[in-house]
Amino acid sequence: MIPELGNFALILAALVAFVLGTLPLLGAHQNRMAWVAVARPATSALALLITFSFACLMHAFVINDFSVVYVAQHSNSLLPLQYRVAAVWGGHEGSLLLWMLMLTWWAFAVRMLSRQLPETMVARVLGTLGLVAFGFLLFILITSNPFDRLLPGAAEGRDLNPLLQDFGLIIHPPLLYMGYVGFSVAFAFAIAALLSGQLDAAWARWSRPWTTAAWGFLTLGIAMGSWWAYYELGWGGWWFWDPVENASFMPWLIGTALVHSLAVTEKRGSFKNWTVLLAISAFSLSLLGTFLVRSGVLTSVHAFATDPRRGIFILIFLVAVIGSSLALFAWRAPKVGLGGRFALISRESMLLTNNVLLAVACATVLLGTLYPLLIDALGLGKISVGPPYFNAVFVPVMAPLVFLMGIGPFAHWKDASIPEILRTLRWAFAAAVVVAIVVPLLYGSWSALTALGLLLAAWVVFSGIINFVERVQKTRAGQSFLTAALKQPRSFFGMHVAHFGIAVFVVGVTMVSSFQDEKDIKLAPGESVDVAGYHFTFNGVRSVEGPNYVAAQGDFDLTVNGKFQRKMNPEKRNYHSSQMPMTEAAIDTGFLRDVYVSLGEPIDRSKPEGEWAVRVYYKPFVDWIWGGCILMALGGLLAMLDRRYRIKARATSTVTTPAGTQKA
Amino acid sequence: MNRYYWILGGFAALVVLLAVGLGLNPRDVPSPLVGKPAPAFSLNVLATPEKTTGPKDMQGKVWLLNVWASWCVSCRQEHPVLVEFSRKVKVPLIGLNYKEVRGDGAFDMGKMPADEEKKLAFQRANQWLSQHGDPYTLTVMDLDGRVGIDYGVYGVPETYVIDKAGVIRMKHTGPVSPEVLDKKIMPLLAELNK
Repeated sequence: MIPELGNFALILAALVAFVLGTLPLLGAHQNRMAWVAVARPATSALALLITFSFACLMHAFVINDFSVVYVAQHSNSLLPLQYRVAAVWGGHEGSLLLWMLMLTWWAFAVRMLSRQLPETMVARVLGTLGLVAFGFLLFILITSNPFDRLLPGAAEGRDLNPLLQDFGLIIHPPLLYMGYVGFSVAFAFAIAALLSGQLDAAWARWSRPWTTAAWGFLTLGIAMGSWWAYYELGWGGWWFWDPVENASFMPWLIGTALVHSLAVTEKRGSFKNWTVLLAISAFSLSLLGTFLVRSGVLTSVHAFATDPRRGIFILIFLVAVIGSSLALFAWRAPKVGLGGRFALISRESMLLTNNVLLAVACATVLLGTLYPLLIDALGLGKISVGPPYFNAVFVPVMAPLVFLMGIGPFAHWKDASIPEILRTLRWAFAAAVVVAIVVPLLYGSWSALTALGLLLAAWVVFSGIINFVERVQKTRAGQSFLTAALKQPRSFFGMHVAHFGIAVFVVGVTMVSSFQDEKDIKLAPGESVDVAGYHFTFNGVRSVEGPNYVAAQGDFDLTVNGKFQRKMNPEKRNYHSSQMPMTEAAIDTGFLRDVYVSLGEPIDRSKPEGEWAVRVYYKPFVDWIWGGCILMALGGLLAMLDRRYRIKARATSTVTTPAGTQKA
Repeated sequence: MNRYYWILGGFAALVVLLAVGLGLNPRDVPSPLVGKPAPAFSLNVLATPEKTTGPKDMQGKVWLLNVWASWCVSCRQEHPVLVEFSRKVKVPLIGLNYKEVRGDGAFDMGKMPADEEKKLAFQRANQWLSQHGDPYTLTVMDLDGRVGIDYGVYGVPETYVIDKAGVIRMKHTGPVSPEVLDKKIMPLLAELNK
């Protein structure tokens, strides 16, 4: 009965979404305020219905209702409760419902936090979100209904893929989807601006905090996925350039460009068309990612079970959403003015370079991701594009970007002076060079790439500190340094924290790729192995019983310089429901390094008490990769909480057009 | 027309590519073994465990090799197609049972002696065939999956078409659907048997 209620709520939600996607948009166009007024209550109703429907599905998982096909396919009565809850989004249908849940919550948040916006603008934004929701609800109802029944019901469920039975599943998809779906708000603001023709600084100011929030979630979501892959897959890698990883990375790159380009549009009224195009692209790439993951056109570790009908539906949806918004853009964009002029060297030009580099980076990732498909479609054979391509094209694009990050904050709007910036930053550069020369030598070997990575990271940190101090000194006016520092706007802190996060990330990537060490050997009980000064003694393997698996658990002693540090217990798990044995690595996490043990197979299967294949890794600074991402997201949070977004702006919202803006 | 239309053009090209991509199967990897002699093996026959057989015994015939296991869910989907095929067509269909026990996660292989594994594998394979019907001329047992490695098996089920000279002419990964059988395998068999 409850699954039917959930299904019914979905159908009702589709109807509400249709109303939300039509009446307010028409009302705003024809100035019918009664229709415009539908937007807010319809948004609340939509959020309520989807939340109810989602709760129904979760209920079916919690009570093990195996007469629901989706539950029978993705759960099992032995599955622990927290994974039964997370299994709701462990497959295609449920994860789409999670997508919807996020979308309606975002829309609800816009509804609640938009009191200072003109009512027609709110109607257009919510209406656009309603149309997107309607498309997704049709997709769910027609091709991927999670409430479909299995008659007669199964006695037992097939169980969740063991790879997914992990803390990562609980947190990674929700964060990632918050990011993906969050870009729909930036998208809806862009569409609303194009529809109304009101593409000005006020518009940029409204959409900025939403974009930053979505970007922060996406950053965390990607970082979580990377961390999950690192500790769960047992290969010790943290990024594989897998098509699905790329699918999440492309909206991130464009989203990062958007966050910066919005700054220019808000402060200077420039780059308006470009900003709108980025907002459309960020969401379009999120949709493209959905298509790539769920249609089966590319092979990937993430791919969901596929069904050609789904692929066709998403493709049609993709064409409808992206095609119509690009057409709207092509129609409206020529009428939008260019905004304030700026000199060749200015903050505008710096941010423009940032945008171009990020767009190029995104294009290279897109090319690498779709290239196998292109070659296959042309009948030229099957190929795969792997890390060598991506590393070769990505580093040259990102290095100048990170270098500019040090300079950008010093450049004045409109016109900046290179000699002045150089004078301010010469010591920062000198100090960064010293770091780049000395640190690799401390670690034993110097190479140009290692030095470059550390140079860039140190450069960003030192120039960031100088920028911060300089700004505080300028606005000090007799106060103590600390008081003045704390009075800086939160967005200023946000920028520096996020940039510092990039530096931390770069240190992590550089150090781990330069100085990691691994050994892949067979060990008999009593034997030991050394890697990078860490001494592992293998004490054998014992059998351990889990809730829904049996595991061979290795027992290792970790010693450094003869001093015992800790036990490490990697596992090889056999889940009752699956044919694939699972590796659970044992990781000793530290600020400056991880050491990582993963258990392979027994050399002779009939003698588990004998030799085992074992892999040990030394990973310097690897946690800085995710730490850097957390700092970036934190920077986004600070920027989003800046005071100026909360100032009631109703009176000024329609007229704040900065001087120098040309209205078409 | 304005300069913004090129964006639409680019998007249209992308859509065409994706639409074409939908019709392709990225898992349909051409096997490097196509056109090469079928790797030799000598494995125990399921019905007569004391006997062994291999591709050598099939010389001069066009035959099919189908990789299966009782734990393989897709094999169950494919099975009726094979049963139907064996009723209608007089081409030998050899079953290669792949890792019957080891492939099944329900067993802790660390604890199982080799003779017990063998006994269990034969028992499970026989039971499965008597339950679902036996389309195979005969089935050979690849307990440790070594023959599977020689043949480049990476997903069960897989099906190979081997000609009179013992050369692999086609490989199909995944369940054989009626369409694949009618449009690809049958015409090839007819041509090879000419």
